[in-house]
Amino acid sequence: MTGHIHSFESFGTVDGPGIRFVVFMQGCPMRCLYCHNPDTWTGGGTEHSVEDVAARVLRYRNYFSNGGGVTVSGGEPMLQQAFVTELFNKLKAEGLNTCLDTSGVMFDEKDPDAVMPLLNATDLVLLDIKHIDPEEHKKLTGRGNENILAFAKFLSDHGKKMWIRHVLVPGKTDRDDWLTRLRAFIDTLDTVEKVEVLPYHTMGVVKYEKLGYDYPLQGVEPPTAERVENAKKILRAGFQK
Amino acid sequence: MYFEAWEGFTPGKWSEDGEIDTRDFIQKNYTPYEGDGSFLAGPTAATTKLWNEVLELMKQEREKGGVLDADTEIISQINSHPAGYIDKDLEKIVGLQTDKPLKRALMPFGGIRMAEQALNMYGYQLSPKVKEIFTKYRKSHNDGVYDAYTPEMRRARTSHILTGLPDTYGRGRIIGDYRRVALYGIDYLIQQKEADKLANNGNMTPERIRGREELSDQIKALKQLKEMAMTYGIDISKPAKTAQEAIQFLYFGYLGAVKDQNGAAMSIGRNSTFLDIYIERDFKRGVLTEEEAQELMDHFIMKLRMVRFMRIKEYNELFSGDPTWVTESIGGMGIDGRTLVTKNSFRVLHTLDNLGPAPEPNMTVLWSKKLPVAFKRFCADISIRTSAIQYESDDLMRVEMGDDYAIACCVSGMKVGKDMQFFGARANLAKCLLYAINGGKDELMRDKVTGKHLQVSPKFEAITSDGPLDYDEVIDKYETMMNWLARLYVNTLNLIHYMHDKYSYEALEMALHDTKVRRFFATGIAGLSCVVDSLSAIKYAKVYPIRDEEGVVVDFRIEGDFPKYGNNDDRADQIAVWLVKTFMREIKARFTYRDSIPTMSILTITSNVVYGKKTGNTPDGRKAGTPLAPGANPMHGRDHNGALASLESVAKLPYEFARDGISNTFSITPQSLGKKD
Repeated sequence: MTGHIHSFESFGTVDGPGIRFVVFMQGCPMRCLYCHNPDTWTGGGTEHSVEDVAARVLRYRNYFSNGGGVTVSGGEPMLQQAFVTELFNKLKAEGLNTCLDTSGVMFDEKDPDAVMPLLNATDLVLLDIKHIDPEEHKKLTGRGNENILAFAKFLSDHGKKMWIRHVLVPGKTDRDDWLTRLRAFIDTLDTVEKVEVLPYHTMGVVKYEKLGYDYPLQGVEPPTAERVENAKKILRAGFQK
Repeated sequence: MYFEAWEGFTPGKWSEDGEIDTRDFIQKNYTPYEGDGSFLAGPTAATTKLWNEVLELMKQEREKGGVLDADTEIISQINSHPAGYIDKDLEKIVGLQTDKPLKRALMPFGGIRMAEQALNMYGYQLSPKVKEIFTKYRKSHNDGVYDAYTPEMRRARTSHILTGLPDTYGRGRIIGDYRRVALYGIDYLIQQKEADKLANNGNMTPERIRGREELSDQIKALKQLKEMAMTYGIDISKPAKTAQEAIQFLYFGYLGAVKDQNGAAMSIGRNSTFLDIYIERDFKRGVLTEEEAQELMDHFIMKLRMVRFMRIKEYNELFSGDPTWVTESIGGMGIDGRTLVTKNSFRVLHTLDNLGPAPEPNMTVLWSKKLPVAFKRFCADISIRTSAIQYESDDLMRVEMGDDYAIACCVSGMKVGKDMQFFGARANLAKCLLYAINGGKDELMRDKVTGKHLQVSPKFEAITSDGPLDYDEVIDKYETMMNWLARLYVNTLNLIHYMHDKYSYEALEMALHDTKVRRFFATGIAGLSCVVDSLSAIKYAKVYPIRDEEGVVVDFRIEGDFPKYGNNDDRADQIAVWLVKTFMREIKARFTYRDSIPTMSILTITSNVVYGKKTGNTPDGRKAGTPLAPGANPMHGRDHNGALASLESVAKLPYEFARDGISNTFSITPQSLGKKD
């Protein structure tokens, strides 16, 4: 089994607990306006076998003692679900902590159990809810959020631990009423361990230039510290179990 | 043997008659500390006032182009100047290199030309009398070296395949055990050296004669140090009685060294835990408060921040600043399993808060997995705020060095008072690879007479094919060239250190060593990652040589991709291991001066920029003149798998082949170390 991979990060410290080896998968069906990894959107990348990736991860196991492990991110990792499932199974057998960083966009409400093999091998889901409002979600990502919210519910119903992440973009996602609605939704879930507010940043701009894409959020500045604090307060971000 | 000043200390081997054993004193008397930094005190009003005065002087120094004042008359010696103060009434620890703060001393024993040039660059004129003395009557280290250099050595120096050699400046890197001044007092130290001299009798071989002469010089230096202290009204003939005296005596020992020697790195050793013993004793006696203890440390560190040397501007360019490498080694674990962290390890680091961050003294934490967690957190916190701490692996060094070693400069470990080293700068292995391809012709430097590429080594067979470079052929020729380079390099250093001992002997620093000292012959290499990527390119991609009209390869065309060092990829990393081992084996095979033990470092921290300037296009695609990577770092921007992959590549380099240390310059933003919530 092989997967298409964008890149590896041996020292991931912001995508899950502890120090993590992060595998960035290639390909994503979403087109979020604020995406800072547009180079992962389309196909391509480099092909690697499960064995190869597992071997790369295991070289760093000495660093994982503090709750760390592997995080598969992207791109959208659930686009290559079979590959990630096999990788996680292999690494779980080695005793590693596995973490899936996903938008949930691949979840199919008509066939919910299709994700079970992957979830069974996943210790923690980092679920990125882009927007609580379906219309705004569509404007922001090109798709509705119904199946994503259903995925969150599914995770909760199946006792899967998750961290909810929310990217804060001035004018696009940071209105107080939206945040309050998002919090209300989170309150319906039973397995949320943590909420993270990720302030929008402009470090992806150079990638757009390199790829020859127009940058959709031209002129949008990162949120102020006050707005970030405000969002954290409303979403009750941080440890709160 | 007993001194009143030792009251309250647990005796041991260190206090037996005829012994000098600082480590034993520490082991018997120190108090490990596992707690956090909540006990620490902020700066006193006197500290803040005094430090503001120094900051004002430093500001003036910068505004004047880097030098506030310079001595043009008095040849610096341990006791050459009258006492100097910043603000006498406020200073708890006294002593300056000259009569005024930040005034630079005149130190011509390394070389009079360099001393004069440095003065001229900053608008000062060397006293004609001093110039006469050093041109007519007194030879300098630099004169000696140039009298003996071979034409080949001069060529290698001109072409910069050998760089930064200590032939025009002080070699430095020698750390006196300055703690001995505090623990034993000068009289006892003199007595022991007298005894050693008396015992050094028998057939008068050159080595024995030299030994006797050096011991005499050491004794004289100790006497001068006593006189120097007396100019401040302080008697250091007997051991220190209080914490204040211990810090003062220790600092005087160091001050004597920096008045005597303008060394490239004048490191101070491993002192904070030693001093903690005196502070704890004063606490018990109720004569010192935490605030006062911190004040003493703050004033001590303030003095170390004021150490200055008169150097030429190029020297400062080479090191991107005006460094003195006053390295203080902190923490570490004892071989008995107790931590060597004490409250004073916290205090010395806390000076970075009380006085604000500064590059000097070079605070170096000897890091072990087993260090107390609270201390680790404290260090991390200061690092995040100040970026002013250097970390070195105690777990790696303790195995060979025990638990009373210190770092000289940035990575050279030595047992304090027991080891010294002959600093050897470095050989540029990237240039050596180009020599292998071009049969020893320099790719940039021209022969002054013919105008053609300068033939630096004897004429070796060059690579003549225009096809892609053949890995085996390149390796074969590279090994031959490294053999030549190592031989020349070691011989050049032998000659340099012979002359340094003869004309600029570090009498005071060596007086604070055991007479029977272990010597290291500290060679170094530059350009590691550039060579590794170049060889990897030749092996895994196609590298075509591009020749100029003389047929000399001056550029390369690369087809295809290749593994790069810094990605935890063994295909590249094992080339690095091979390179380190191969060059070290070549070094080891040579005769080294004074039975010294050959070692090697991979440590350029800033000079890699200058070395890169003198190195032509390399087969990895690096362009002529662009910097080599510092130390053992991967080439800039070629590590694509994150920090751990990069660090793991470096960690594969075998320390036993690079005992003088391996450095990796690592920057990271605090945010990428993780989140707080």
